[in-house]
Amino acid sequence: MANKTSEVLSKRKNDVLEAWIKNQIQDPTLREDLMSNDELHTQSDELLNSFIQAVRSGNYSDISTQEYYPVIEILNSLSITRAYAGFTPRETAVYVLSLKKAIVQVLQDELKADQNTLIEEIIRISDLLDSLSLVTLEAFIKGREEVILRQTSEINEISTPVIRVWEGILALPIIGTLDSERTQIIMENLLQEIVNTGSSIAILDISGVPTVDTLVAQHLIKTVNATRLMGAECIISGIRPEIAQTIVHLGIDLTGVQTKSSMASALRSAFTKQQMVVTKAKAKQ
Amino acid sequence: MMISLNKETLKIVSEQDVVLFRQRLKEYASKIGMSLLNQTKLITASSELVRNILVYARQGEVIIEVVTDRLQTGVRVTFKDQGPGIADIPKAMQDGFSTNKSLGLGLPGAKRLVNYFDIQSTPGNGTTVTIIRWKR
Repeated sequence: MANKTSEVLSKRKNDVLEAWIKNQIQDPTLREDLMSNDELHTQSDELLNSFIQAVRSGNYSDISTQEYYPVIEILNSLSITRAYAGFTPRETAVYVLSLKKAIVQVLQDELKADQNTLIEEIIRISDLLDSLSLVTLEAFIKGREEVILRQTSEINEISTPVIRVWEGILALPIIGTLDSERTQIIMENLLQEIVNTGSSIAILDISGVPTVDTLVAQHLIKTVNATRLMGAECIISGIRPEIAQTIVHLGIDLTGVQTKSSMASALRSAFTKQQMVVTKAKAKQ
Repeated sequence: MMISLNKETLKIVSEQDVVLFRQRLKEYASKIGMSLLNQTKLITASSELVRNILVYARQGEVIIEVVTDRLQTGVRVTFKDQGPGIADIPKAMQDGFSTNKSLGLGLPGAKRLVNYFDIQSTPGNGTTVTIIRWKR
């Protein structure tokens, strides 16, 4: 089959580029705040060059072949940068789809005389650009997912602080669902902190844990046992009335674990164990 | 006669779905005015069962329904999966039995937390568990 599009594209590359950029600039969704026109120009030029190179092979249907590697690579990195920069998926997809419009315009212009070839070429090029725009979407979503994963791990990190409330007493407020991964982080942080501070009592506060089921309980028991092996004691505080009843019905055995209803009472019992007394200062005479 | 008023099906594929499912369930339970204690019992029981889906069958679906039966209103939750199934249900319902090194309290514990508990399972054909917790 004659590779008309490739010929036309090579010949009129600058026109295509111009029309494409014009399309993008006219598009009301263009985010000038996120990307300058110069940057847009360089990016588009680079992509168009590798696109023309790929089309020259005459392969329009299979974008998983070697010719399209550079194109897809550019599209991937472009989509991911855009995902990070805060573009919407629509804005990212429009970028590739507006190239279609530009190419069709130029093809129309060049192949006026031969309508049949024109239609054929338009269908082929439009299929190709559709699959390329799907590539950008996939990459875009992947970029977003990476952002989410990064945030998740960040939340895990910051949501498990170990606080030194008093000499020898550590507190760990746990907020959110306790899964295996978080338990691991909590345990590591706690055990390390016990070594660093030489503490002998750790208070695990579960006021912020919405549901205590057997898995959460199992994780808590593991943490308590590990603390005990380090020679420290562990108190679990923040057990709400409804959680207490649920634990009983579930049949979880927490007899080996010291529990308190509030952080305050846990702290008081920790002070007692350390033989410390908290008293009000006497008013000055 | 039991009438189902409101129905929603959720897919369970990952740990994230469990969090979403618990939130939806809480919405349903608090909408019909269930007490905090019963809400917690329902959510904890559901949490056990949905976790079983993830651990043993990897994926499945749950159906949340608001049901009424004469004067009572409550929430019915159905857990369906196409997993390996349970060979010996009476044994699985015993406290402390687990094939997975867990506490072995999930199924019997969940049963104690709800008003109605039904389990159907054939090895190789998946498991369906239905629970109901009445408003009071």
